[in-house]
Amino acid sequence: MIRAALALWLLTVPAMAQEERIVAGLSQTSVAITADFSGSEILIYGAVKREAAAPDEPKLEVIVTVEGPSTPLVVRKKERRAGIWVNAEAVNISRAPSFYAIHTTGPLDDILSNTENLRQRITIASAVRAVGISDDAEEAPSFLDALLRIRAAEGRYILNEGQVTLSEDTLFRADVELPANLTEGDYRVRIFLTRGGMVVDALERSIGVQKTGMERLIFTMAQDKPLLYGLLSLLLAVGAGWGASTAFRLVRL
Amino acid sequence: MQLYLPIAEVSVNAFLLLGLGGIVGFLSGMFGVGGGFLITPLLFFIGIPPAVAVATGANQVVASSVSGVLAQMKRKAVDFRMGGVLLAGGMLGSGLGIWVFALLTAAGQVDLFVQLAYVLFLGLVGALMLQESLRSLRRANRANAPIRRSHVHLWVHKLPLKMKFRASGLYISVLPPMMVGALVGFLAAIMGVGGGFIMVPAMIYLLGMPTKVVIGTSLFQIIFVTAFTTLMHAVTSQTVDMVLALLLILGGVIGAQMGARVGVRLKAEQLRILLALLVLAVCGKIALDLLLRPSELYSVGPGVLP
Repeated sequence: MIRAALALWLLTVPAMAQEERIVAGLSQTSVAITADFSGSEILIYGAVKREAAAPDEPKLEVIVTVEGPSTPLVVRKKERRAGIWVNAEAVNISRAPSFYAIHTTGPLDDILSNTENLRQRITIASAVRAVGISDDAEEAPSFLDALLRIRAAEGRYILNEGQVTLSEDTLFRADVELPANLTEGDYRVRIFLTRGGMVVDALERSIGVQKTGMERLIFTMAQDKPLLYGLLSLLLAVGAGWGASTAFRLVRL
Repeated sequence: MQLYLPIAEVSVNAFLLLGLGGIVGFLSGMFGVGGGFLITPLLFFIGIPPAVAVATGANQVVASSVSGVLAQMKRKAVDFRMGGVLLAGGMLGSGLGIWVFALLTAAGQVDLFVQLAYVLFLGLVGALMLQESLRSLRRANRANAPIRRSHVHLWVHKLPLKMKFRASGLYISVLPPMMVGALVGFLAAIMGVGGGFIMVPAMIYLLGMPTKVVIGTSLFQIIFVTAFTTLMHAVTSQTVDMVLALLLILGGVIGAQMGARVGVRLKAEQLRILLALLVLAVCGKIALDLLLRPSELYSVGPGVLP
């Protein structure tokens, strides 16, 4: 749906704006999570292709977003009841990305207008949607703020203003660091060119993040053959327990 | 060395996990308990999701219990018949616990329930153990201490369905052991613990079993209850992390053997006082978390589409 809206919108962009286009590449289109995975860095680079000379004003800016797969969430708030802190109110979030990074050439408020943000869902807050707010939660916005705060503290939601370098209004590059606690799935990379707060051109790419090797094997087995997986875990435990006591007895003799 | 855990989906230092397993194993070897009551809260602390910590904790207890039972079997200190009866109750309790765990997870109250269970049981057992061991220490210091009678007849000896337990030298009803087993099974499923810290005092004070068979028998039945719990968690919620378990087990079994060596050199009363203090310390830490205002009032959990 969003893609359809984006396509529709691209057709209606003023003719002048169409003169600048993004040509971009990614340093890698897939990330493999292996046993020693401790995060990854992807380089997003590209150039601005234009037919005529670039206008001087307003300034050209670049926004790069990387968005992990979305899942529904519940945000709960603790309250003091009978002397102890318990989870009381809860708000359902219908979809929130597991990872979201925004890299820009400048302060986001200056280079992106509110209406454009609403249309493209660029800022972290607009990428998260809340529905099904339970009856007793009057302050849903504070729950959303809490979600953004917690995920930012976990390094899942990142806003990096000024990290994208743009040289001579043509070449740009952004280094996006992916943390170690990645969720599997397709990561959506979006690149926006803006002038005076308006989006001039947008481009979308995707990066596949997948567990490989042992990680893949263990994960799929746990999902597809849970009984066998459980039995294997037990065998491992019994074997280790028996092995240790035998080994130590031999050492003592 | 960072290691990505396939089920927990977090990256942790492998040596940290080995060390954690080692320390807990050391304590469990020294005191003859499974150590689940320490490992599960510690896993929460290093950022493992609670559901994975509980399920994987149970798997780790299987390993340490196997190691312990093998040592006890050589001393003929396992009452298999009693273990079997406890086990029958344990399965019932564990099944019920898994069901309640799923129910509470959906309601968002599983953390609270687990914490309350920890505070209640650790506090109770710790206080009882401390009081008892202090008293026996005082008694041992006096010259002519009164000798404890070997057969004290309590209300538990008047129930029907009596059975002979030769290794324990008991002739009692099967109902009390089954109830103790069920309680421990329930706790194993919810708290990710083996329940030795409940089982051992219950066997001594409630069932009147001789101390020499208590640890072996309790470990024997804990193997099966935690094995069952691990399996149930693996099947119902896929939260057993094999890699995490393997590291904890490796550290744990080595620590347990070293702990057992140290434990032999200490007096039984001193050991019990130390264990009681340890139990109370863990209890106090969890109780404080419940009573003090948390720095972050909000928490994020997985949701379902409305």
